[in-house]
Formats: sequence, C-alpha cells, structure tokens
Amino acid sequence: MSVKHLTGLAVAATFLSAQVHATTEVEWWHAMGGNLGQKVNEIAADFNKSQSDYEIKPVYKGSYAETMTSAIAAFRAQQQPAIVQVFEVGTATMMGAEQAIYPIHELMKATNESFNPDNYLSAVTGYYTTNDGKMLSMPFNSSTPVLYYNKAMFKKAGIKSAPKTWQEMEDVSVKLLASGAQCGFSTTWQSWTQIENFGARNNIALADNNNGFDGLDTKFKFNSAPFVAHIAQMAKWSESGIFKYGGRQSKGMPLFYTQECAMTMGSSAGLAGIQENMKDIDVGVAELPFEDTLISTPQNTIIGGASLWVLRGHSSEQYKGVAEFFTYLSSPKVQADWHQFTGYLPITKQAHTLTQQQGFYKTHPGTETAVIQMTSTKPTVNSKGIRFGNFLQTRDIINEELESVWSGDQSAQAALNNAVRLGNEQLRRFERTQ
Amino acid sequence: MSSQAVFKNKWLPVALISPQLLITAVFFLWPAGQAIFQSFQLEDPFGLNHEFVGLENFIHLYNDSNYLNSLFTTLKFSISVAFLAMISALILSAFAEHIVRGSMFYRTFLIWPYAVAPLVAGSLWLFLFDPTIGVVAELLQWFGVNWNPTLNSAHAMWMVIITSTWKQISYNFLFFLAALQSVPKSLHEAAAIDGSGPVKRFITISFPLISPTSFFLLVINFVYAFFDTFGIIHAMTQGGPGRSTSTLVYKVYNDGFIGLNLGSSAAQSVILMIMVALLTVFQFKYIEKKVAY
Repeated sequence: MSVKHLTGLAVAATFLSAQVHATTEVEWWHAMGGNLGQKVNEIAADFNKSQSDYEIKPVYKGSYAETMTSAIAAFRAQQQPAIVQVFEVGTATMMGAEQAIYPIHELMKATNESFNPDNYLSAVTGYYTTNDGKMLSMPFNSSTPVLYYNKAMFKKAGIKSAPKTWQEMEDVSVKLLASGAQCGFSTTWQSWTQIENFGARNNIALADNNNGFDGLDTKFKFNSAPFVAHIAQMAKWSESGIFKYGGRQSKGMPLFYTQECAMTMGSSAGLAGIQENMKDIDVGVAELPFEDTLISTPQNTIIGGASLWVLRGHSSEQYKGVAEFFTYLSSPKVQADWHQFTGYLPITKQAHTLTQQQGFYKTHPGTETAVIQMTSTKPTVNSKGIRFGNFLQTRDIINEELESVWSGDQSAQAALNNAVRLGNEQLRRFERTQ
Repeated sequence: MSSQAVFKNKWLPVALISPQLLITAVFFLWPAGQAIFQSFQLEDPFGLNHEFVGLENFIHLYNDSNYLNSLFTTLKFSISVAFLAMISALILSAFAEHIVRGSMFYRTFLIWPYAVAPLVAGSLWLFLFDPTIGVVAELLQWFGVNWNPTLNSAHAMWMVIITSTWKQISYNFLFFLAALQSVPKSLHEAAAIDGSGPVKRFITISFPLISPTSFFLLVINFVYAFFDTFGIIHAMTQGGPGRSTSTLVYKVYNDGFIGLNLGSSAAQSVILMIMVALLTVFQFKYIEKKVAY
C-alpha cells in the first residue's frame, strides 16, 4: 500500500467520522421488551434511515415503573434522556414536574413543526391534554380493556353471542359452568378494568374535580354505591366460581390461555399474546361489559399504556430532532403498522382509516373492537381519563384492598372505604409536594 | 518483645487502611448520610420542591398500621426461614458427614442452590408453585389442598418461606459441615466405646460443640431473611396478596421506587439501618463472647 493510498484512507476516515458527528443523537428511554422492543428499534432505525441529521437511540430500561424511576433519577443527576416513555398512571407526576418537562405543544411550536392536535383520537389524547386543550405528551402505545372469550367453550355451552352487560356476564357464566367449564371469567389489571373503567364505561365519577383534571385538591369517591355493588357482586361470583382472580397486572392470563376460564378482561394489546398462546383455539373479542341498571348506552373506556414525554435540559438541535421524530411517529403509515403489529390503538384518525382501507380488520377479526369502543361515543368528564397524583401507589392500594375482598377477608364496602381513605392520603401528599 | 506490631509513624497506619476507609465512605457513609437527610424531607419525585418536615416521616410510619403489619410479616418470615434453613442444613450436614462413598457428589449438589440468584430462584419456584401449571401445586392439589398463592396469604407466605429456605440451606450446610468436621474424633470414639449411639453422640457431643457456628448462622440467617430475600419476594408475590408478604425491605423498595415517596422510603431505610446496627452490636457483644468453647 502506498503512502498515497494511506493518505486517501485517512482523509476518507476523517470525512466519515465528521459525517457521524454531524448527526445529532437523541436518546429515547422506553419500556418495551420482547417483540415490542424489536418493533421500537425498527421504527427508530427506519427514522434514522429516512434522514441524516438526527439519530434516535432507543434504550430499553425495563418495566414501566423502572423506566420512569430511572428517568427521574437521571434527571436528578442531570443525565436525563430527551424522550422517555411514561405509563398513563405516571401522567400526573410528570405534569406536576413543570420545570422538568417540555410540553409537546410548546416543542412543536418552537421547532416550527407542523402539528394539528385535532388529527389525534380525542379519547386517546384527552388523557394527556390540559383542560384548555394543550397536549403535553405524545401518545405512543395506548390500549383499552376489552372482553376476550373462548368461542369453543361458548359453543359447547350453547351460547350464541358475547355478553354485553354484567347481567349477561352472569347468565353466560352460569351456562358455562353447567357445561363443565371450571370458571366463567377472570380479569387482569383489576384496578384499571374493574374500578377505573367501570366508572368510565358507566359514566360515574371516580373522584371529584372532574376526575382530578380541575385541581390538586381532588378527593376520591369510588366507594359510592355503584362501585360497591359491582365489587360485592364480583365477590359473590368469586365464591360461586363464576369469577376467578388470577393475580395482579396480567398474571391472570394463564387462566384464559389454559381454558380454565372462558372469558377474561384485558388490554386490547394482549390479542397477539392470546393468539400466540392459544394457537388452535378460536378467540373472540367483545366490548367491555357495562351495567345496564346504570346506563343504557355505554360510554367509551379509558386508555392504558404509555406516552412519550420530552424532558428539558437538551440543545435546540436535539429538540428539533425530537419534533421531527414525533411527526414521523404519528404519520399514518408508521401508526397503522404499529397498530396492526401490536394491537395498540392507532393514535390518529388517518391511521385508523388507512388500516380500514388496507382491509386489515376484515382479515383480522376482533382487532377493531377496541377502536370502536373508544370512538363510538363522545368522551364525557368521567370517561376522558383520570389525573391523580401518586396514582401508582393508589393502584397498589386498590389491588391490596380488592385482594382482601376476593379472599373473603373484607366486605366490598369496607375495602373500598379503605382504598378511598388511603388513596386520599396519597393525593394530599402529592398536593403538598407540588 | 510484644507480639503486636507497633507503628512509629502516625500516618502509615492511616495510609494503609485508607483504601478501606474510602470504600466505606463512598459506599456506606455517603449514601447513609443521604438517606438520613432524605428522611427529614418531603419532596416531589424530581427533586424540584423540598420541604423540611422534621420527624414527620417517622411519626407517619409509627401511626401507619401497614408499617407495623409489615414488621410482623418480616418477623414471621425471618424466624421461619432462619429456623427451617438451619434445621434442614444441620440434618443434611450430619448425614453428609457420615457418607463415605460419593460424598463429593452429594456435597456439590447440596451447595449448588447457593449459586442461584434470588430472582432466578424466585422464578424457578414460582413456576413449580403455579396453581395452573406447577408441579408442586399439582401434588398439593392431589393431597386435597386448594392451592392458590395469588389469593391465599398463608399459601403465598409458605411459598416465599420455602423458596428462601431452599436457597439458604447450602450456605448453612457448608458451615455446619465444617463445624462438624472440626469436632474431635476422639470424643466420638470415647463415647462410642461407652456404648452411646450416633444420635446420642450427635446431641450430646457435636451439637454443643458447634454452638458458636450455630449462633453465628442464626445472625447471618436473620440478616439474609431481612435483606437478601428481596429478589425472591419481588419475583414471586410482589408483596401480595394484600400486603401479606410485604417485608420491610420490600416496602422500602415499593414506597421509594414504585411510589416515588422518597421521604418515607428513606425514613424506613434509616430504621432498618438502626436495626442492623443493633443486631451487629448484639452479635459482637454477647454471642461472640459468651458462646464459646
């Protein structure tokens, strides 16, 4: 190799490294493991390929709680990422940290990125929007609880269609038990499906102050008669085998996978997991049951999942990259693909329409149920979302109190009274630290 | 001539122990100081607003029935684990000492669980105890036990106790085996000539002679059950059902890292720190001196 060649190489290397340095790196901490994590990497890689100015670097940080805690710890140490995925119950905590977060509406305006909040599904963005309509974080993976049912077990029991109301849940379960099923239904994420969404679906308030949207001096009231009646009824069903509790979060799913329970209530994003675990079994997806003694046309349900928050303390270059990435992320093509791959809701109307046009819902029955359930009615104050500080702890309190109901140690009224009392303590502590 | 080395230079001993002092300062004194400072504060998770609240975090804990329950849960759990792990290890090591053929094989297998990380041990046993697919659960159901640790607090408690015990037996086994092997053979032989059987010899000769080891293990087992079982509980029950398996350490994690209530979490760690200090003082002051042969 001659000196000339070497010089050429050196020049090329300098040029290349200069090229690498020219791209602005933007860190994105997320909590998507497994298949979802790979999809996140794919999205970031596609974005990085689509332009040469910015490089999004996704970093998997463990569970939702771990991701949020490490982002907060990083912020305290001034090492925070530009983008962090925070689950819905952390919303109030993030909102409260005004000096730490960079609201999306401000970011998009400051970076001159075209952004129209009206394109997004209001049932999704409502959760992350202030009362005067300012979007604070970018919805990313939103799901909502639906009812899954085992079609073969339904057929065996001679049941024609999925139950729509809680009364029908009981009737269907009795028939299922008579036909030899071990349990009628189970549930996952009990606070989310049986308390928060029971309130939304039947249009009853969980707390005053418009479910916490109007201020910090909120007080819980989910120990009101409808909630107590619902939990008491479930406790009764727990004794007779109609309902079986399978654990916190989504730990109860095996009860449905192994066909012990014929129905379960879970995240709409769980469909892929169900299909993988129940390969030869026909599973139907129905809307979450409602209580027909409370409401004749059920409300939309509220979402779960997570949104992307932008943290302060980065350069305007990086924020420009974040804004461009968010525009890319909410483009119909990316969104429709994400929605179809994961079962999470499409966050824009265009993505929903595109998925319809592609004929995805026809070839994949059940995948549109959640979207219909979310969009068929206009959200009310009780169904647009909740905003409670320290809600993660309150959810734990609700878990603990409900478990004591299912095990027969406490009455529904006593348990919900306790949960409200302890939950209010959390709200007061949150109020003091703001 | 004195057997103790005397340093003429004042700074040499300090220089020699300074690496250790540095490690203690960085990994203990500094975080401990932070915890004590935090325990007097009320703060939002991001650390944007502080408020000095004095002893409020401690008073709140004192009045919190959940905290007291958690203390009882911890005691129940720790006593069971220490007792079960020590008894089983003692029996196993007493037998292992008598094995002539293949003793390496048995010993290796008995020591193995010690190498398993708590979180892995938890996942492993959770699988065995799973009411739907677990082998142990199947066996229990066959005996007519309606096994359901997701709902039954007693079942959940037994599940974490058994798993924690399983993991600690190896450690105890090693120490008991070494202690038993150090018991002079002549004592056993003399007793055998006097006509006492192996069980009698174990109870009257070996057991009293290994008591320093037993007391050492008692303290170690308590510390293990208090602090090192976090991974097992986290993997198996996450403190549930209800709060029935939420030990003090688990509560520190839950309040601090999940609930982001740093003040209360720090106050709880300070209390734990005091407990460990007392346990250590107790060990050095009484056990090390009084239980000796």
